Amino acid sequence: MLKMLVNLIAGTLFGLGLTISGMVNPQKVIGFLDFAGDWDPTLAFVMGGAVLVAIPAFRLISKRPHPVLADAFDLPTKKDVDGRLLGGAALFGVGWGLSGFCPGPAVTALASGLLPVFAFVAAMIAGMVAYKWIT
Amino acid sequence: MENFIPVSGLIGGLLIGLSVVLMILFNGKVAGISGIVGGLLARKGSEVGWRAVFIVGLLLGAFAYVLATGDAMPVNIQASLPVMVIAGLLVGFGTRLGSGCTSGHGVVGIARFSRRSIVATLTFFAAATITVFITHHVL
Repeated sequence: MLKMLVNLIAGTLFGLGLTISGMVNPQKVIGFLDFAGDWDPTLAFVMGGAVLVAIPAFRLISKRPHPVLADAFDLPTKKDVDGRLLGGAALFGVGWGLSGFCPGPAVTALASGLLPVFAFVAAMIAGMVAYKWIT
Repeated sequence: MENFIPVSGLIGGLLIGLSVVLMILFNGKVAGISGIVGGLLARKGSEVGWRAVFIVGLLLGAFAYVLATGDAMPVNIQASLPVMVIAGLLVGFGTRLGSGCTSGHGVVGIARFSRRSIVATLTFFAAATITVFITHHVL
């Protein structure tokens, strides 16, 4: 199925990008977040590069009536900035700062086979299950 | 500044940008990793397959790097195991409560000029920066 091939290619490009850029390394991410230390600007180039590609492409894509392989775009519709958004982002930020891992790099770094990566990802999934359970 | 590698960072960023563009252009989906992983928990057949395939891709990308360069994955973890577990719980719960992470809000949302994503990104960067300052310079 063509859609699945796109998922596989996009996932591979994403994982390759995170690995080439060094974002799978929590110490490199913490190096960016640590403005009072030996600052490492790499993360800004990674996000900046990604956004730079995405902005003009999204503009062109938004003119399409539907995606190439699907009937409709599946995009977020919420517009309001609420406590959940702010609280969730703040909790995520604390976890990100403590570990140097956000979800993409953590899942990709499972390829390293290192135990702390598996522990982090297992706990992350447990946190997601807990959220689903509470709400 | 000896660890300043903007070229590999920029190349990696361009690949990630290409990935999120392909996902929206062909499948109409937001390539936000917390959403992709979290959606697996829905256990709805139609929602599981594409997410699992994308995640397999993430790992393939890492393996491709290892095969092509002959280097090990550049993963260096300094935090203790209990800290990694607490951080994982916060990241999992927080990204679901806040509807996204660095990819969904930080790349896709910002590139769509979403006000929610811009606010979320500023918030998690601020929280992470303060956390690193406390753990590295105060404690």
